[in-house]
Amino acid sequence: MTPAIAPAGGKASSIPMMGGTPEPTIFDLSVAGRRCGTLRDTGIEIIDPASQLPPEYLRDAPLELAEVSERDLVGHYTRLTHRQFSVDLGFYPLGSCTMKYNPKLADQVAAIPGIANVHPLAPVSLIQGWLEICCTLEDYLTEITGMAAATLAPAAGAQGELTGLLIMEAYHRSKGNSKTKVLIPDSAHGTNPASVTLAGYRAVTVPSNSRGLVDVEALAGFVDEEVAGIMLTNPNTVGLFEAEIAEIAALIHSVDGLLYYDGATLNAIVGVARPGDMGFDIVHSNLHKTFATPHGGGGPGSGPVAVAAHLAKFLPGPYPVRTENGFDVAYPEASIGRVHSFFGNAVVYARALAFMKALGGDGLAMMSRLAVLNANYLKAKIAPYYPAAYETTCMHEFVVTVAKIKKDSGVRALDIAKALLDEGFHAPTVYFPLIVEEALMIEPTETESRQTLDAFAESLIEIAMRTEDSDAAASMHDAPSKTPASRVDEARAARHLVTSVDARN
Amino acid sequence: MSGFTPHTQAEITSMLEFLSLSSLDELYDSIPQALLLSRSLNLPEGRSEVEVIEEFEDLAARNSPVSKELLCFAGGGAYDHDLYAATKALGSRSEFVTAYTPYQPEVAQGVLQALFEYQTMVSRLSGLAITNASLYDGSSALVEAINLACARTKRSRVIISEGVNPSWREVAATFSSGPGHQLELAHLDSSGCTIWPANTSEVAAFVVAYPNFLGLIEEISAARQLASAAGALLIVAYDPIATSLLKSPGALGADVAVAEGQPLGIPLSFGGPYLGLFSTTLELVRYLPGRLVGETLDTRGNRAYVTTLRAREQDIRREKASSNVCTNQTLMAIWAAIQLSWLGTSGYREIGLKCLSGRAYLTDSLKRRGVGEVRLGRGSFREFPLTIEKSPSQVVEDMASRGFLAGVALEGRLAISNFDSSLLIAVTEKRTKSQIDSFVDALVEVLK
Repeated sequence: MTPAIAPAGGKASSIPMMGGTPEPTIFDLSVAGRRCGTLRDTGIEIIDPASQLPPEYLRDAPLELAEVSERDLVGHYTRLTHRQFSVDLGFYPLGSCTMKYNPKLADQVAAIPGIANVHPLAPVSLIQGWLEICCTLEDYLTEITGMAAATLAPAAGAQGELTGLLIMEAYHRSKGNSKTKVLIPDSAHGTNPASVTLAGYRAVTVPSNSRGLVDVEALAGFVDEEVAGIMLTNPNTVGLFEAEIAEIAALIHSVDGLLYYDGATLNAIVGVARPGDMGFDIVHSNLHKTFATPHGGGGPGSGPVAVAAHLAKFLPGPYPVRTENGFDVAYPEASIGRVHSFFGNAVVYARALAFMKALGGDGLAMMSRLAVLNANYLKAKIAPYYPAAYETTCMHEFVVTVAKIKKDSGVRALDIAKALLDEGFHAPTVYFPLIVEEALMIEPTETESRQTLDAFAESLIEIAMRTEDSDAAASMHDAPSKTPASRVDEARAARHLVTSVDARN
Repeated sequence: MSGFTPHTQAEITSMLEFLSLSSLDELYDSIPQALLLSRSLNLPEGRSEVEVIEEFEDLAARNSPVSKELLCFAGGGAYDHDLYAATKALGSRSEFVTAYTPYQPEVAQGVLQALFEYQTMVSRLSGLAITNASLYDGSSALVEAINLACARTKRSRVIISEGVNPSWREVAATFSSGPGHQLELAHLDSSGCTIWPANTSEVAAFVVAYPNFLGLIEEISAARQLASAAGALLIVAYDPIATSLLKSPGALGADVAVAEGQPLGIPLSFGGPYLGLFSTTLELVRYLPGRLVGETLDTRGNRAYVTTLRAREQDIRREKASSNVCTNQTLMAIWAAIQLSWLGTSGYREIGLKCLSGRAYLTDSLKRRGVGEVRLGRGSFREFPLTIEKSPSQVVEDMASRGFLAGVALEGRLAISNFDSSLLIAVTEKRTKSQIDSFVDALVEVLK
């Protein structure tokens, strides 16, 4: 008999995190006169600032920073890392965030001096390698999305959305269309309506039907000559494929509207189906989701935008191009303008390209298939206790509702999320999408093993069973207890606003 | 790259069996046949990681990084400062690198506390009480500052100095079209100071750079007085290294201070990822874009951190939000905080003194040798324009072949009025006396 295979890192993969005692701030560790090291000797005599700068602008006293030894600095930040969950530590099934493992090869690529230490304003003769990286990645992205051209400049998905919407606006202006609104399903990410407003359009919310999909008949009622376009993610945020996308596209195109694809869910369909083939005109990709670049605790991301051929002339500049004599930088003829100080989050997209080259076309297609397999497997495993909000086969993520658990026991989605932290797992996304009551949105990604999925399912089920006991259920409002901090008082933070050490009373 | 996904064939088969499916393709039955890609992606086959790394080494070999073989005197918004080993080592720890946004504060105290400390440091640099958890880069911080000012004043007219980085001005123009902000350019005079317009009615904000794109100090108090008289906000784009010697923007009356944080220990990285610094007054906190970390307590009564005033943000306010920012540059913010803590009070000041002294050594030397026209205006920190007779971009090319990235040519989209045919030159604490001497020698030769 073969021994049972253990899930990676044991059941509670966050247990190495040390709880209990808060870490003092770096300022609390400061002792006047300490320092980490000396600066280089330039051989140049230090001059009096007043001889060079207007005296009325000179600081009266040195700016105070922490004064610590390097040993204390390293101790402090290392202890902070012990108070932080991460993908490298354990399972992170945060729906709509695609927290897959980030292969280490990209770290090595990012550290190559010819990648890391290049000045962005160096003449093009000195940045040929970088421009080739840009053009090659654009080729990968246009092939994957079924588009004609791409810009890598947007620094994150939200900036990609706004860039795409400004391209939409430029298109309508060029055709003399007078458009005022952009349609958005009620299941959309919050960035979508916020971006629409910033692009100068009015966001109009379109209700989903009982199957969690855009209701094409209802949508028809919203479509008129003032519709500039629609923003969709497909699969949508409840993890379902909008099968009637061709009909939706025809409807929007009938009023010369454009279809915007929010790439937040691209991980489901790489090498399986392409937004361009579905009728989308503008697509952003989140490289920090689908293409495995690390998310850095909240950023950097990278949100390239790919467009259909008729929109290429509106892309932002500067724009890397291939020429007969190597690579150059140009501005598209009707460019919406610049969207980033330089070329976007370049090292992030170099990482993404390294990942894509490592996987190759077939590997990328397998990546999506296994992401969908993992999601469906986990969904089925927990279904007896956590009913899916929508029954059909899901894509790379799914939404369950704990409305019944809440009704029976008073335990909310938030409590279940916190209880999971005590089991060593990161929590799923909670209370999103807004159209599902007491939602847990779960995205396991393709990089988790079956053993990890089984362990997670077991913990979730055990938590659900605990809610059936009223004492145990009551204690769940106090979870978590094994984590570096116990439940954090969010209301107090807003009421007594302290956002820097200097604001403490 | 096998190994990225852990599934064995046997596991795939049994997981499919568990789902009563016979193939992976059946997972996609909800996609209409006509929409399925009927072929493989037209992309190269996957390769081993060592081959991919070698491929990137080959690509990198066709770039010229700044190094001893290409001494960097270029700035223009991206500066070649020293990066300390501890910054790199700690900033590369995978708990920081591979975490997500701190949505579950109980397991995200590391990132949250690091951001809280970062906010403290940047508030000291900027002299303003409230600092957010970062924006994409300097230009995006400027865009958000303009949006804030227009939302606060319910006006749309913005006067922006030509001394603000031209690329940032372009970005501001791009993102002003949607909300309908009217950006008006106030040109620089020949000493590099902004000529503000006489008519300042209905102005939402004045935007001035400190030091400006040319590296020169302008009269911030003049802009402050204009803003106060017009009922407008003052937005100051500052340099977070210059504040080591100069008064903070807040001390000079800025309502919003924005900066590019790259000089605080972030590699040149071909322009990104960088770090947008954004600070404002407590009074304006409800208009703050992006995430904000606050201090609070956990149920045990221990100090803890959490993102706060979340009701401002896009995921709650949706179409009514004044900013769509979600992902930011947290990791770069942590790098900057580590670098600033490595420097400490005295190291930070020394960097400023070394930049200033190096710049003065170079400009004295250029003047002595009669190289071009050194233009220092009312004072320069570590960067200045050199007006020359030859084409600046040609000079950059010629100097590159001699081992110098000589500066940024103020041409085309980077042109500044009254500074035609000029090269923008920067000196950081990395440049030694002998390097500056050889730079001047090479420049003399090239300009001959």
